[in-house]
Amino acid sequence: MYAFDIERPTSIADAVAALAKEDAQALAGGQTLIPTLKQRLAMPSVLVSLSGIAEIRGVCKDDAGLLCIGGGTTHGTVAKEAVAHYPGLAELAAHIGDPAVRNRGTIGGSLANNDPSACYPAAALASGATILTNTREIAADDYFQGMFTTALEEGEIVTEVKFPIPQSSCYMKFEQPASRFALVGVFVAKFADGVKVAVTGASNNGVFRWSEAEAALSSDFSASALEGMSLSADDMIADMHGTAAYRAHLVAVMTRRAVSAAK
Amino acid sequence: MPKDSATGTGIGASTKRREDVRFLTGNGNYTDDINVHGQAYVHFLRSDVAHGRINGIDTSAAEGMPGVVRIFTGKDFEGIGGLPCGWQVTDKHGEVMKEPGHPVLAQGKVRHVGDPVAAVVADSLAEARDAAEAIILDIEELPAAVNMKAALEPDAPKVHDDLSDNLCYDWGFVEENKGAVDEAIKNAAHVTTLELINNRLVANPMEPRVAVADWNRSNDEYTLYTTSQNPHVIRLLMGAFVLGIPEHKLRVVAPDVGGGFGTKIFHYAEEAFCTFAAKACKRPVKWTSTRSEAFMSDAHGRDHVTKIELALDKDNNFTAIRTETLANMGAYLSTFAPSVPTWLHGTLMAGNYKTPNIYVNVKAVFTNTVPVDAYRGAGRPEATYQLERVIDMAARELGVDPIALRRQNFITEFPYATPVAVEYDTGNYPATMDKLEEIADLAGFDARRKESEAKGKLRGLGVNCYIEACGIAPSNLVGQLGARAGLYESATVRVNATGSISVMTGSHSHGQGHETAFPQVVAEMLGIDASMIDIVHGDTARGPMGMGTYGSRSLAVGGSAMVRATEKIINKAKKIAAHLMEASEGDIELKNGQFTVAGTDKSVAWGDVTLAAYVPHNYPLDDIEPGLEETAFYDPSNFTYPSGAYACEVELDPETGKVTVERFSAADDFGNIINPMIVSGQVHGGIAQGIGQALLENCIYDENGQLLSASYMDYAMPRADDVPFYAVDHSCQTPCTHNPLGVKGCGEAGAIGSPPSVINAVIDALQSGGHKVAHLDMPASPSRVWAAMQG
Ligand SMILES: Cc1cc2nc3c(=O)[nH]c(=O)nc-3n(C[C@H](O)[C@H](O)[C@H](O)COP(=O)(O)OP(=O)(O)OC[C@H]3O[C@@H](n4cnc5c(N)ncnc54)[C@H](O)[C@@H]3O)c2cc1C
Repeated sequence: MYAFDIERPTSIADAVAALAKEDAQALAGGQTLIPTLKQRLAMPSVLVSLSGIAEIRGVCKDDAGLLCIGGGTTHGTVAKEAVAHYPGLAELAAHIGDPAVRNRGTIGGSLANNDPSACYPAAALASGATILTNTREIAADDYFQGMFTTALEEGEIVTEVKFPIPQSSCYMKFEQPASRFALVGVFVAKFADGVKVAVTGASNNGVFRWSEAEAALSSDFSASALEGMSLSADDMIADMHGTAAYRAHLVAVMTRRAVSAAK
Repeated sequence: MPKDSATGTGIGASTKRREDVRFLTGNGNYTDDINVHGQAYVHFLRSDVAHGRINGIDTSAAEGMPGVVRIFTGKDFEGIGGLPCGWQVTDKHGEVMKEPGHPVLAQGKVRHVGDPVAAVVADSLAEARDAAEAIILDIEELPAAVNMKAALEPDAPKVHDDLSDNLCYDWGFVEENKGAVDEAIKNAAHVTTLELINNRLVANPMEPRVAVADWNRSNDEYTLYTTSQNPHVIRLLMGAFVLGIPEHKLRVVAPDVGGGFGTKIFHYAEEAFCTFAAKACKRPVKWTSTRSEAFMSDAHGRDHVTKIELALDKDNNFTAIRTETLANMGAYLSTFAPSVPTWLHGTLMAGNYKTPNIYVNVKAVFTNTVPVDAYRGAGRPEATYQLERVIDMAARELGVDPIALRRQNFITEFPYATPVAVEYDTGNYPATMDKLEEIADLAGFDARRKESEAKGKLRGLGVNCYIEACGIAPSNLVGQLGARAGLYESATVRVNATGSISVMTGSHSHGQGHETAFPQVVAEMLGIDASMIDIVHGDTARGPMGMGTYGSRSLAVGGSAMVRATEKIINKAKKIAAHLMEASEGDIELKNGQFTVAGTDKSVAWGDVTLAAYVPHNYPLDDIEPGLEETAFYDPSNFTYPSGAYACEVELDPETGKVTVERFSAADDFGNIINPMIVSGQVHGGIAQGIGQALLENCIYDENGQLLSASYMDYAMPRADDVPFYAVDHSCQTPCTHNPLGVKGCGEAGAIGSPPSVINAVIDALQSGGHKVAHLDMPASPSRVWAAMQG
């Protein structure tokens, strides 16, 4: 690590002010940022800890029936408190990393980081979630802009995420053997007006929606509706854990399984 | 050994591990817990290229940075010894191996990613790192030799400019067998040929390496605290060969060590550096490896590319084995690297089978990668894997039952002299196989396969046997084979006045539970409670010169030394007891901690005798000296030969290629057992590592010599949920005939015995699903299995 100062604001407003300082960076659960700092791959002058801001923590259902999760809510809390409302999402949160990671890592941190193998981006995209920040609301379809890239501006804070709750859903994650992030993860969400399928881990362009599968599933929500359907391997990630063809294949397998297991 | 301990804490008791209390409560005293007043910290600046010429190192800006004590480069080590190699292999032409220099800090060239180029000593670690970033390295990157085959091509980049090529040695074993082997293969009814890779592994002990060195200006004495499996060996190697410090001026302490698996046997540059710098800076110097550094500076394991041929006659008797192996040495020769693919591998190629003709060829190759050396099993897993894989493949080719083929070829008469220079003393291979069939419930496999198939999964069963040579080993023999060290072990049994005992052993415990098991042996011999006995190890200042722990040798060799020393104690104590009871020495018996006179009711207690030894008022001073302390050095006459039979059952998801281990059974013959619980634990850990190698772990370099699997994000360690509950059994016991305890050693067995059965099971599963896959290299990761299924 390089030396840095730390600020511990207790309100969004104070956090935003602190983040206006040169080379300031938000620190949430630190599960991504701290390892990065330890390896000296980042050099913020000020870390603005978000963990003292009560107004960005918590899980609740609003009047419109949306599941609202504060940007500073840990994976562990989501796993516990979302289960009654949105079991597919709670299940996803329950399988991120290990207990230590889940007790520190936050949904806001995960969405801000937008790791191409992270789990939450698939849920946000497949749910048609809205990402709320200190300045605006961003639709998930506009938010994810490729690996590690989002619509967030410098200093912008994810304060809340609002999830429409599907009739049934399931996240199927095929774990990369070492990191246990998603080698391929598929989130399937069935709404009254159609089905959304979001894929993480697979593409060089980050999380994406598989529109062909969505169309097929919207008219027939069954694994057999996907029979014979495959994705092109062209833009898929290839690394020591799997070729592009393997990932393309896994997307189809995981999608079928998610549909079969959706609750 | 008699099993009549009155206290229930002697031989055969599953006493809980006493050391676990401190380990599990966070009270262990690891090297990183040691801080010496006034210490400075060193950060190593390491090469980020695999191969390069050092044209310049500009430290001028860094020198002036805050907190910097001193910056060292290779220049500071000119004229100082390099890291020595402890084993010299002689090749098939009678030439000794090529032995390039291994400087403490790189000189002239860097030869692997992670090669230390400069070292910054500073008041704090952060300041050392800051200053290291201000060092300007001018390194001209050179093409790297990474792949072993390519490294042997005439135009390959040379890792060492002063050597003619990258071939360290070309070893033939046994050279005289070669003609007969070639002939037998030519005349065979069937030959099965298998080419395979034994994947490169990173040992990854839970505790990374650490070194803290201190120099005492008043008496010119050095102390090095280090994460070592053999502190005496480090003292000898570093003192005599690198820094020129005589033993009596150098103390090496290896306190609690959090796992070694071989990788902490070796003498490393960082240890020598800290010791050197402590004097040069007149300050204690501490280094703690990060996990990232561990990946690129701890010796790696395995990394063999092998072709094996198994010849059979028309009745399926094995007639010959011929192997050709390329063994990666990495960029420099690590301490025992040359011995691993040769004497620890070639000698095991007979396995459990009476194959009359065997020839092993090994070419050791220098590459621009981290040095490769012993890793749990060291050479023996590589031998076992290829042999047990090729047997399985032969059984499939011939359409015979793989267990029956093994049984048919088992060695059944002992002692048995193999064609590869070793003599097995005892064993009962049919009995361990019988036991395996029972504990693995092989009879129930077909039903379990049906259940898996009903779920859309494939199920496979893999079986293998193993033999290992451990209890390493007779000094005169290993001397002939090229070892530059003796391989005896030592023990001092110090009986205190009140009867409590400290046993100083040259063995070192870094997870093996010596502090629990060793006292059980002494307790058994003396008939006293094991809680009266403590083990002292890991400090050259506190015990006699010993050789440390590796090669499953601690109990077989170190325990034997302890037995010998305890026998001397008993002899002397009997003399004292005879004097106290006015009886003749020959009539004295020791039982349950009481000395008695045969045929009388006279007795004196253990504590009366020990007190008399130190308060010798009523004592045979004319005959014997006061005190009760004895030392013994034990040098074995042969290796020990543990053996066993293992079975693995996997389930394979044909849609994803993911393999899960559903059942794993191990029937081992370790000879006599001191603490069955500890033995089971050793087997459990070894199997976890074997499953890790077979399914998960893979150390990968790209073609430029960049380490791709450089962290846990990409290097897959086995986790608890990757392994099943094991069925382990060690009730088949053919005691070793040549050590006083009849023990064989159990530390490496699990890691040696398990990879072949996992892969045999994967192949069985694939073939049961109609996939014509004859072989799959480890690790059988989901993507590899899936690719194999695609044909
Ligand atoms: C061992 C391990 C296993 C893991 N496994 C998984 C897994 O299986 N699946 C998975 O999805 N993830 C996994 N993760 C990542 C984990 O979910 C992280 O917690 C998450 O990616 C980052 O969240 P954080 O709260 O820790 O953010 P931090 O690390 O604190 O921050 C990450 C980045 O986001 C920024 N940031 C943080 N909060 C906000 C905010 N509210 N608004 C704007 N910017 C913000 C920070 O400035 C930083 O750039 C794993 C991590 C570890 C260490």
